[in-house]
Amino acid sequence: MSDFDADIPEVREVTGTGVPIRGNDIDTDQIIPARFMKVVTFDGLGQFAFFDQRFDDEDNQKEHPMNEERFRDANVMVVNDNFGCGSSREHAPQALMRWGIDAFIGESFAEIFAGNCLALGMPTVTADHETIADLQDWIEANPEGEIDIDVEGETVTYGDQTVDVTVDDAQRQALVEGIWDTTALMSANSGEIERTAGLLPYVEEA
Amino acid sequence: MSQGTLYDKVWDRHKVTTLPNGQDQLFVGLHLIHEVTSPQAFGMLRERDIEVARPDLTHATVDHIVPTSDQSRPYSDDAAEEMMSELEENVREAGIEFSDPTTGDQGIVHVIGPEQGITQPGKTIVCGDSHTSTHGAFGALAFGIGTSQIRDVLATQCIAMEKQKVRKIQVDGELGPGVEAKDIILEIIRRLGTDGGVGYVYEYAGEAIENLDMEGRMSICNMSIEGGARAGYVNPDETTYEWMKETDYFQENPEKFDELKPYWESIRSDADAEYDDVVHIDASELEPVVTWGTTPGQGIGISEPIPAPEDLPEDKQETARRAQEHMRVEPGETMAGYDIDIVFLGSCTNARLPDLRRAASIVEGRQVDDSVRAMVVPGSQRVQRAAEEEGLADVFREAGFEWRNAGCSMCLGMNEDQLEGDEASASSSNRNFVGRQGSKDGRTVLMNPQMVAAAAITGEVTDVRELPEVTPA
Repeated sequence: MSDFDADIPEVREVTGTGVPIRGNDIDTDQIIPARFMKVVTFDGLGQFAFFDQRFDDEDNQKEHPMNEERFRDANVMVVNDNFGCGSSREHAPQALMRWGIDAFIGESFAEIFAGNCLALGMPTVTADHETIADLQDWIEANPEGEIDIDVEGETVTYGDQTVDVTVDDAQRQALVEGIWDTTALMSANSGEIERTAGLLPYVEEA
Repeated sequence: MSQGTLYDKVWDRHKVTTLPNGQDQLFVGLHLIHEVTSPQAFGMLRERDIEVARPDLTHATVDHIVPTSDQSRPYSDDAAEEMMSELEENVREAGIEFSDPTTGDQGIVHVIGPEQGITQPGKTIVCGDSHTSTHGAFGALAFGIGTSQIRDVLATQCIAMEKQKVRKIQVDGELGPGVEAKDIILEIIRRLGTDGGVGYVYEYAGEAIENLDMEGRMSICNMSIEGGARAGYVNPDETTYEWMKETDYFQENPEKFDELKPYWESIRSDADAEYDDVVHIDASELEPVVTWGTTPGQGIGISEPIPAPEDLPEDKQETARRAQEHMRVEPGETMAGYDIDIVFLGSCTNARLPDLRRAASIVEGRQVDDSVRAMVVPGSQRVQRAAEEEGLADVFREAGFEWRNAGCSMCLGMNEDQLEGDEASASSSNRNFVGRQGSKDGRTVLMNPQMVAAAAITGEVTDVRELPEVTPA
């Protein structure tokens, strides 16, 4: 049948440098404008991440952290409240992943966005406003400084300090144990699926 | 945690098992797909050599990229043609029913499901589109999913989720003239915030909700996600059952109606159900709501002043400042009189027959202002035909509106219908995000269909209740 035993990596920790994206309610239309979604694969979406914030009408670069050389190699995006709100488009986390992001630290995330990130093995860890603001300021001052997200221990270490963060229980377990490929997990329960469907009055036999 | 709510009951009936990662595995009763978010999922299946598990519980349409003018094939936009061809190939290969434009049943995915009767009370419904919450109007548990989850559903007909809390939003009182379902939901989002619903499912209840037709309930549930709630629902009642009876599915299978009704009744929230939170809204206090900013939560009554950023909670101030700069509005003023270039009556929020009827009743005998380009984009081919048959299309055309074919159109600007430059639109859609309608400098003012019609007539944001009477010819 199929190759369900594909090796799903455990994501216990993400280490790298940061890029601060400030502002509340940053929606998925900003992260990836709809006109770049007229494609049938996710390949190449990275160049269009935050396109209208990064480029003007003549495709000249505007002032934006993702255009700054010092953040070019960042893999941890640090954001504020309700990041990724709006549409369900997985194109949004796909674009950021393909730009180079491996994990997000923020005040809060829209649910569908966080779910899409988990499906890609990308943690979305949360902390309060002050913690995030301090970290964003620190990254501005230390663009090459290392940030270490301990997904299992729910901490973020940067500079000489370690701060507590929150990782949703199911997300933590899925990432740490490498069980975030839900297609494989759910396929294993074919008997129970049939039983559940069989008890629903509206489901007719396939 | 909530107990005895529709959410609890539908969840329990569809729960397959608890997964090793702590999430629940839920069986999916209906999977709706469209051309934008599904092709990558079919690609992932092919990579893994997996077949679609339940094509019989899957239904496709094309809505996001479909042109609303010339729909002859190949589409003039190559990218749109490629997406359409890919969808055609995927559904053919998997044996999935496809309401394509040649069937006469095509339309926005959240309009056609209810029309065809495949949206039903007590079903779990998913689609790679955040406005899937719309189907909750029927007492279904419906939510938007990402593409990797579409892969999950195609492969297993299941979804992995964590259970949320339930907030009951009790809306009592009667709506005044010119005030609609859209105003109720804009008010809810304004009060609870764009992230107020994160972690919650919304149950809409109370006299004002019960008095709404199914289309009004759909408008409310549709925008649950704009308030951060992934799903919202209304308990099914006689209004719901009357709708179901008229749909294709139950016209063709009348015995199914009696067979399923006890199930629908059984999943209604119990009278003594427990909720995690309850919020009260008095519908009789509402006036038409319009947005002044760039999130759906930035709304005000038409006669209210635009708030000063410094008067808002601290975490909303910076967003408000940027929004006011983008929209070019001043605190202290009302939105009435805001110049409008484009009028868009369409979208999965407000493009069903009663929406068009209410707007047409405002338009009739009047003319679109010379400074405005106005368009109507019906939610589906069926809505389009019905509106043409009862003369609504003529009313709009005679007033100077463009009457177009069904699709998502200017709600999100993925086809040729887009704002240009810094044009301002009066829009019956659901999102006023910067760039949403196709131009990053474009400005969107969200409002109900009657208010959209009034803006078309005057060329500015207008309180529909104050529109001068039509002088008889």
